[in-house]
Amino acid sequence: MSTTSAPPKSPKLNHIGLEVLPYKGGKTTLCAGCGHNSISQRIIESFYEMGIEPWSVAKLSGIGCSSKSPAYFLNQAHGFNGVHGRAPAISTGAMLGNRNLVGIVVSGDGDTASIGLGQYIHMLRRNVPLIYIIENNGVYGLTKGQFSATADVGSKLKSGTINELPPIDTCLLGIEMGATLVARSFSGDKNQLKSVLKAAIAHQGLAVLDVISPCTTFNDHVGSTKSYTYMKEHDEPIHDIDFVPYFEEIEVDIAEGEARNVELHDGSTLRLRKLDRDYDPTDRYGAIHKLQDAAEAEEILTGILYIDNKADTLVDMLNLVDEPLGTLPDTRVRPPQAALEEIMESLR
Amino acid sequence: MSTFEVSPAAAADDDLQKSIVNDFSIQVATVNGSGSQTANNVLMRSIFQMGVPVSGKNLFPSNIQGLPTWFTIRANNHGYIGRKREIDLLVAMNPETAREDVAALLPGASVVYDAPLKLEEVRSDLHFYPVPFDKLVGPVCPEARLRKLVRNMIYDGVVAQLLSIDLEEMHKALFKQFGPRKVKAAELNWGAVQAGAKYAQENFESQTSLRVERMDQTAGKIIIDGNSATALGAVFAGVTVVAWYPITPSSSVIDAITGYLRKTRLDPETGKATFAVLQAEDQLASIGMVIGAGWSGARAMTATSGPGISLMSEFVGLGYYAEIPAVIVDVQRVGPSTGLPTRTQQCDILSAATLSHGDTKHPMIIPGSPEECFSMMNDAFNLAEKFQTPVFVMTDLDLGMNNWMSDAFEYPTQPIARGKVLSAEDLERLGGFARYKDVDGDGVGYRTLPGTAHAKAAYFTRGSGHDAEAKYSERPDDYVNNVDRLLRKFEEMRKHVPAPEIQTVENASTGFICYGTSKYATEESRDQLLAEHGFEISILRLRAYPFNQDLTDFIDRHSRVYVVEQNRDGQMLELMKMELTPDRVSKLRSIRYYGGLPIDARTITDDLVMQEGL
Repeated sequence: MSTTSAPPKSPKLNHIGLEVLPYKGGKTTLCAGCGHNSISQRIIESFYEMGIEPWSVAKLSGIGCSSKSPAYFLNQAHGFNGVHGRAPAISTGAMLGNRNLVGIVVSGDGDTASIGLGQYIHMLRRNVPLIYIIENNGVYGLTKGQFSATADVGSKLKSGTINELPPIDTCLLGIEMGATLVARSFSGDKNQLKSVLKAAIAHQGLAVLDVISPCTTFNDHVGSTKSYTYMKEHDEPIHDIDFVPYFEEIEVDIAEGEARNVELHDGSTLRLRKLDRDYDPTDRYGAIHKLQDAAEAEEILTGILYIDNKADTLVDMLNLVDEPLGTLPDTRVRPPQAALEEIMESLR
Repeated sequence: MSTFEVSPAAAADDDLQKSIVNDFSIQVATVNGSGSQTANNVLMRSIFQMGVPVSGKNLFPSNIQGLPTWFTIRANNHGYIGRKREIDLLVAMNPETAREDVAALLPGASVVYDAPLKLEEVRSDLHFYPVPFDKLVGPVCPEARLRKLVRNMIYDGVVAQLLSIDLEEMHKALFKQFGPRKVKAAELNWGAVQAGAKYAQENFESQTSLRVERMDQTAGKIIIDGNSATALGAVFAGVTVVAWYPITPSSSVIDAITGYLRKTRLDPETGKATFAVLQAEDQLASIGMVIGAGWSGARAMTATSGPGISLMSEFVGLGYYAEIPAVIVDVQRVGPSTGLPTRTQQCDILSAATLSHGDTKHPMIIPGSPEECFSMMNDAFNLAEKFQTPVFVMTDLDLGMNNWMSDAFEYPTQPIARGKVLSAEDLERLGGFARYKDVDGDGVGYRTLPGTAHAKAAYFTRGSGHDAEAKYSERPDDYVNNVDRLLRKFEEMRKHVPAPEIQTVENASTGFICYGTSKYATEESRDQLLAEHGFEISILRLRAYPFNQDLTDFIDRHSRVYVVEQNRDGQMLELMKMELTPDRVSKLRSIRYYGGLPIDARTITDDLVMQEGL
C-alpha cells in the first residue's frame, strides 16, 4: 500500500450537481447473475445521467422476484411494494395524488401477465404517466420455477415439462390497448436498455418496457426461450438507438433516410438508426403486424416498438390542477360556507 | 308476492273509524320504469311542505323496467319516520300485484286504483276509490307517448283531494321537482294533478278518516337521501381522489359526489379540477387506487357494497399493515353473495371490522341519519389520516337510497386534520425519521409523502414484514413489536371515534343497543312499550367501532340489554362478545330482523314482549 497521499478524486457529478450515490439502492438479495440486477443497474445509470432528482421519483412494484428490485435502486425515492398484480392500481392512485412524481413501476411476467393482466390492460387504456417495466423471465422464481403466461409454446422447464399454451405478448397488448411508448429490450444489452430507459423517462405518457431478463436459477437451460443463450441467438434489434437528452446538443449529422428522429416530451431526441429492416415505430398497425410476423419466425424484435408522443395522459384527461392534489391547502379543497348554504336551500 | 306481513296484534289496535290526522302510511304500487318516482316525490314533498314529518321508502326490484315496485310514504305527527308495516292508503297501479296488495290490507283501509282492475270485487271491508286513469289522461296529455308518464300524476291529485293536502303546496312541490328548465313538463303534469283532484271531488265522498293538517315540524328542514348526504360530506371534508366501481346501492354516492365536485371544486381561475374521480375496472382496482392516492397524500375514498367489500379484502389488509389512510363507504345491502341487491340489511359489520387475512382490525363509523352521513365523512377522513389506516363508513340501502327529512347540515369549522406528516423543513430540523417508530406513545408513526424534496424523506412501504425504520424484516421481535403497536393504535382510536348516543330512562333495568337505521324503529318501539305495556327501556345507539367505555357503562347500568340489528347472525353482538367480559356478555340478548325491508317498530316490540314475557 502506498503511503503517499494522492489528492482525492472528485466524484463525477451529473447536470444537476449530484453524484451517483443517491441513485443507488440497497444490496440485492436476488440470485447471482439474475437479469433483474442488470436492469436495476441500468435504472440507476439512466436516472443519474438524466439528472432526475431522486426524491421526485416514486418506485412501485407488485409481488415476485422482479418486484423486490425497487429496493435495489434510488434509495432516496419513496418505494411501495404492494400486492401481487396490483401495482397498476396503486401507481395510478399515487399519480393522481401527486401528478408531479416520476413514477416507475417494476413488475414481472407473472405479476403483469397472469394475476395482474386485468389491471395491466386498464392501465394501458388510461395512458397513466408511468414507466412500467416488466422483467420478463417466463417463470415464477420465488415459488421455484413454474411457467408464467409469457412462456413460449414448446419452452421447457428444468423438470422437462413443456409449455403448450400460447404466450401473452405484453408489448402487443401495450400497442393495441393504449400505451404510448412500447419497447422491448434485453437485460444483457446495456446500451439499448439504457437508451430505452432514458426515452421512457423523457416520455410524458405510459411507457411499457418488456425486458427479457433470464432467470439463472430456473430458466436458463437448453430448451428455455428466455435464456441468455437463446436471447443472444434470437435478439433482433430493429434499430440502433441514440438518446440525446434535452440538455445536450445533437452533434453528428446522419444522412437522410438513415435515421428517424423522434422528439420527446421533455425536449430530448430519440435518433433511431436504421438496421436491416424497415420499421416505423409511429405506425401502430404496422408495428403489430411486424411483431406477429417476427414471433412466427422465432425472432425477438427489440428496440422502441411503438411511440405516440402526442396523446393525452390520464392527468390531462382528468383536467387536474398543476399542483399535487395531495397537498392542496384547506381553502382549495373545502368549498366555502355559502356553497353549502346554497345547496341546503335547494333541498328545503 | 306481497312484501307485507300483517300482524294480527296490530290489526286489533287499529281503529280506522276515528279521525286520524297526520299519522298514516300511503303505499303506491307501480311498475318499475313507469316514471312513478316523480309523482311519489311530489306527494311526499307536499306533505313535508305542510309541516308534517314524513319519510319515503322505495322498495324496488333489481331491474330497470317492468318489475313491481312499491313506494311507501309515512306521515307522523310524533316524528316517527321508520317503516310502518300497516298500510292505511294503497294506490294500486300495478295490475300484476294489485290483488295481492289489496289482500294484505287491514280492514278499513282505503284503496285508490285503476278502475278496470275491479278491486272492489276482492274484499268488502275496505274503502274503494276507482279512478279511470286512461280516460282522464287523454284530455290533459294530447301527446300519446307521454301519457304513460303523466298518468301517475293523476293519483297525486286524487290522494291530495282525499287527504285534504293543499293543492297549492303540491303545485310548489311539483315545480320544484321539475326545476326552472322543465317548466313545460311541469305544466303538463300539473294538468294531470288537477284532473285527478277534480275527479275525486266530483265522484268521491271521502270515507277515509285520514287527514293532513298543517303543522310546524318541518320548518328549516331539508329532504335528502343518505347517499347524497355522504357525497356532500366528502366534498366538504376536502376529498381529492375518488376511485370506484358501480354497484347498487352505492353508485349514487359517486353520482352525487361528481355533481357536487363539478359545482364547487373547479379552480375559479383556471377551470381545472382540485379532484379526480375515476371509475375503475373493478373493486380491487378502486381500493388499490385509493391506497395509492392515500400514500401520496390525497384524501382518497371509495364507495361500495357487500360484494365490493369482499373483493377489497386483500388491499384493506395492506392498508392496515402498511398504514395508509383510506375511507371506504359501505352502503350495505342483503347478502351473502349477490343476495338481494336492492334490499337493505346491516350485514357487513363483522366482515368489515376484521376484513383481510392475518390479525386485522378496522375502525367503522356508523351514521344513523343524513346529517350524520354528512358530518361523519369528515370524521372518517380525519380518523383515517390521523391514524393512517383504512376507515369504514357503514351506511345501508335504507339510509342511502331513500329520501329522509333532516336538519340542514352544519358547515365544518375545524381545520382538516392531515395527521403526522413531515415536511422537508421538519426533516431538516430532525435530521431524519423512522417511519414506524412510536414516538408519541399513541402507536402512530410519522410519515412523509413521496415527492418531499429532501434526501432523508424516502422510506419503503411494503406489505411484507418490516421494522421501525420500514426495512424488510422477518425477525420475530420486529414483527411482534410492529403488530403490538398496531393494537395500541387501535386502542387509542377508542377516544377519537364518535361516541354512542345514549337516551337513558331513569330506573329502567332494561336497555336497547342499536346502530345505524335501526335507530328509528328502536325509538318508536321504546314508546310503544311504554304506551302499551308501561315498560321502560333505555337506548344506546352505537356510532362507531372500536367501542368505548360508554358501552360498558351502559351494560353495567342495566340487567338485560337487547341488541337490535338487521342481520341473521347478530353480527354486532358477536363483535361485542369478542371484546367484552363474560359478565357483560351474559346480559346481552338479541333482536334481529333480516327480511330485507327496513326494520319496523312492531317487530322489535313483539320480539321484546315475547322475550321479556310481558
